[in-house]
Amino acid sequence: MNDRPTIIGGLVIALVALTFPIWYSVGAGRPGPPPELELPADESQCVEDAASMRANHMDLLDRWRDAVVREGRRTYRSTNLGEVEMSLTKTCLGCHRNRETFCLRCHEYANVGGEGPAGGVRCWACHLEPEGN
Amino acid sequence: MNVLISLAAVVVLFLVGLLGGLPVLDIVFGILLPYAALAVFLGGLVYRVLGYARVPVPFRITTTCGQEKSLPWIRQAKLDNPSSIWGVIGRMALEVLCFRSLLRNTRTRLLEGGRLAYATSLTLWLAAMAFHWSMLVILIRHLRLFTQPVPGAVQWLQDVDGFLEVGVPVIYLSTLVFLVALAYLFLRRAVNPQLRYISLLDDYLLLFLLLGIGLSGFSLRHLIKTDIVAVKELTLGLATFRGVSLATLGTISPLFFGHLFLVCALLAYFPFSKLVHMIGIFLSPTRNLANNNRMVRHVNPWDYPVKVHTYEEYEDELREKMKAAGIPVEKE
Amino acid sequence: MPTPDEMAYYRQEELLEIDYRPPERGWMDTPVDFRRGSYIYPGKAKMLEILGLPNPRDWAVTDEDWKLPDNWKQIVLEGMAERLRKYRSFKVFMDSCVRCGACADKCHFFIGGGDPKNMPVLRSELLRSVYRKDFTALGKVLGKLGGARELTVDVIKEWFYYFYQCTECRRCSVFCPFGIDTAEITMMGRELLGLLGIYVNWVIEPVANCYRYGNHLGIQPHGLLDTLEFMADDIEEATGIRVDIPMNKKGAEILFVTPSGDFVADPGIFTCMGYMLLFHELGLDYTWSSYASEGGNFGLFTSHEMIKRLNAKIYAEAKRLGVKWILGGECGHMWRVLHQYMDTVNGPADFLEVPRSPITGTVFENARSTKMVHIMEFVADLIHHGKLKLRPERNDYVRVTFHDSCNPARAMGLLEEPRYVLRHVCNHFYEMPENTIREQTFCCGGGAGLGTDENMEMRLRGGLPRGAAVRYVQEKYGVNRLAAICAIDRATLVTVCDYWAPGVKVTGITELVANAMVFEGEHERKVDLRLEPIPGMEGEQESEGSGSDE
Repeated sequence: MNDRPTIIGGLVIALVALTFPIWYSVGAGRPGPPPELELPADESQCVEDAASMRANHMDLLDRWRDAVVREGRRTYRSTNLGEVEMSLTKTCLGCHRNRETFCLRCHEYANVGGEGPAGGVRCWACHLEPEGN
Repeated sequence: MNVLISLAAVVVLFLVGLLGGLPVLDIVFGILLPYAALAVFLGGLVYRVLGYARVPVPFRITTTCGQEKSLPWIRQAKLDNPSSIWGVIGRMALEVLCFRSLLRNTRTRLLEGGRLAYATSLTLWLAAMAFHWSMLVILIRHLRLFTQPVPGAVQWLQDVDGFLEVGVPVIYLSTLVFLVALAYLFLRRAVNPQLRYISLLDDYLLLFLLLGIGLSGFSLRHLIKTDIVAVKELTLGLATFRGVSLATLGTISPLFFGHLFLVCALLAYFPFSKLVHMIGIFLSPTRNLANNNRMVRHVNPWDYPVKVHTYEEYEDELREKMKAAGIPVEKE
Repeated sequence: MPTPDEMAYYRQEELLEIDYRPPERGWMDTPVDFRRGSYIYPGKAKMLEILGLPNPRDWAVTDEDWKLPDNWKQIVLEGMAERLRKYRSFKVFMDSCVRCGACADKCHFFIGGGDPKNMPVLRSELLRSVYRKDFTALGKVLGKLGGARELTVDVIKEWFYYFYQCTECRRCSVFCPFGIDTAEITMMGRELLGLLGIYVNWVIEPVANCYRYGNHLGIQPHGLLDTLEFMADDIEEATGIRVDIPMNKKGAEILFVTPSGDFVADPGIFTCMGYMLLFHELGLDYTWSSYASEGGNFGLFTSHEMIKRLNAKIYAEAKRLGVKWILGGECGHMWRVLHQYMDTVNGPADFLEVPRSPITGTVFENARSTKMVHIMEFVADLIHHGKLKLRPERNDYVRVTFHDSCNPARAMGLLEEPRYVLRHVCNHFYEMPENTIREQTFCCGGGAGLGTDENMEMRLRGGLPRGAAVRYVQEKYGVNRLAAICAIDRATLVTVCDYWAPGVKVTGITELVANAMVFEGEHERKVDLRLEPIPGMEGEQESEGSGSDE
């Protein structure tokens, strides 16, 4: 009994599955460039350094929420801008007025922007976007 | 001893991986080594499979674990003792997806006076299932870093896996299951004297490697975060062969490189380790052959003639005795 | 004073002091302890010469010098390389093990002895460690750290000890998540030892006998006929019927082949008498063969080549006699060979016809290529069609349990047929605990050529799990009879039962069938085939026999 064709077939299937990302990018077209964010024109500094904000903004927001909602504290001592109000709507969105061109670009790129729980971003369910969007 | 050596080896590997956080070395650890590891992994896999495929299966040595197909009124165990290709596919699917054989596991205890007790023992099966399936989920989840746009199925899996909605970002269930299962598998090996006796460096090394990967991954997501967009630029750049800018590479944290290096080590070690059981489980002749031995002749490709004692030689030696006893003979 | 060859030498309390904790010292550094009662004497030069096997010489296991050929190491390593090229099973099993330990407490020798090298995983590691050293890159680099070790004479001695402490029962292979079959490992190990002329005499002498005279016991044709005549006399005494003994009869419809163990030893002979009575009653056109007078095949315990050399007789004889198909008696490893090897090594049997029962007309489709049917399949079909007149109450003094023999269970799947037959010929049939029967059945402890008295300690230890299960049903249901469809079982389980479950006797199923069968022209059945009085049947009136259920 020659089972080599079966084995080679199985191997090909395995290889295709293991290299899925490579041929997916071929099939789906080369992905576009990494997201470019529209930064606020009137501000050059965020509350913390940009690098730290990129990696840790979710922690900051999480802490702000807890501080405001659970402890009633509203003032945050930031590294760059002194004391600011812990408010997504007023402080964050005050500068980053457009979530489409700022928040969501990265969130979609890294697949953390979906509506489901895993995305972790349901900020917009409560927080209204500022006018002018 | 083996435990300490393998633990030390994994720690050293991890520390070496951290060097990826340095300029120039980030190219080595971020781009060159992953490609090299992938090449060794895929090349090794192909080499192994072809190596096995080249070796024939001279005999059909199915291990039968249920009633054979015989008389039409006797109910055959079609999955545990398959006689058709579909039965074999079913058996193999159960074996590969559900670890059917491990599910039979029992624990034997010798009681007073030579009595023996057998108890169903499912912890090993449970841990093995938990570990393998959670690893598969984790691997699929990682596709979000290697695809753009991310397939809907990956998104769905992320949602299901994160349904607890604990933490920011949410903690995935599969991560916890993966780590707990691995911890159990390690403890079991280290505590049970018989298992410790049979365990090799290979066994501990792989457990620690996987634990290291799991823990560093968990840390990256939940404790010491890095810029995920930069990471994705790197990983997507790897998958699409388009590279990544040095500036972006420079913003990725050393911890990420530690994580990535452990993964590279695992990939490169894979074809040389016991992890080839991933191939072996498909190619085991006791499982992947139908028990239809008496129905369909199995051909041995290297069959050769052997020296036998023929009837003529037999009769020549014993003819007189046979005749005296009245047993018919060929030559009078 | 009893010797280590005798059962009485071993006290149960001492034998049961089993320490399952492995020693402090690693297994690679623990040498073999050849103590009497736990190893088998080596193959005699004369036997190897008859078979044309290499390096015939007389030697003793306890000798320091085993008189290996000068280039022994090269022979073994080349032998390994050759087998890695020829057997995918061997190659895959060398690589796949993850040492999960699921097999450890599945081996009867480990359960009954506690020697860690009797854990199937470690038995395989004995070979695997050498494989790593000489056939894998990592093993070469890492050495002992990578689980690799040098092939030395001590390793050869260790192989000898432990590959002749495996009965190739395949129980571990049922539980292994990768289906690693220690029988396959042991077969390879024994083949490699064989290249150096290392065999055990308990295997190689039967092989030589079988090669030359057609059966393991070396019974010559006239002796075989005499033996069967004696049985016919006993049959006549028990039933009043004189049965024919067709021997080497050309043109018979069926060639009947059974293990030669059934020709000489109690209780196998009663099973043999059962066959003779059954065939007589059915008026079957069958024949015995003196040339193919062995269904068993100790070649299985020697090498794949030897399987073929011994097995060749069966098809050759079927062809010479011009029979239509072959019927096989109750035997274990015989059926592994007939079912899994015969057609491949000596087929195709295109000169035979697809077996068809001349009594019921049933065509045995499951044997359409090999053309050989198991007696239990044949009898189950007869009973199913109501062709046997049975009075199971004659067996009422028998409270029987059924021991699945390793090979019919795990290399064939013959599980229901014997049970179906038993239920129809006995009113009192009780199963042993489920972890000890069917595919999980335990070996008798003496299979694969280990059933000799010089190996008594290991036989008793290996027989513990089976013995304990028998004693369980003995105490719970009053079981007094253990049925087994295997000649080795009928020889070795007698010892196991005497030791672990005294009072339980061993029997073949066909013996019970014949005891329950009503034969045309029989006289009043006061004694069974053992010529022992049937309780409750002394002077009983003949009544209408109960047929079968359909």
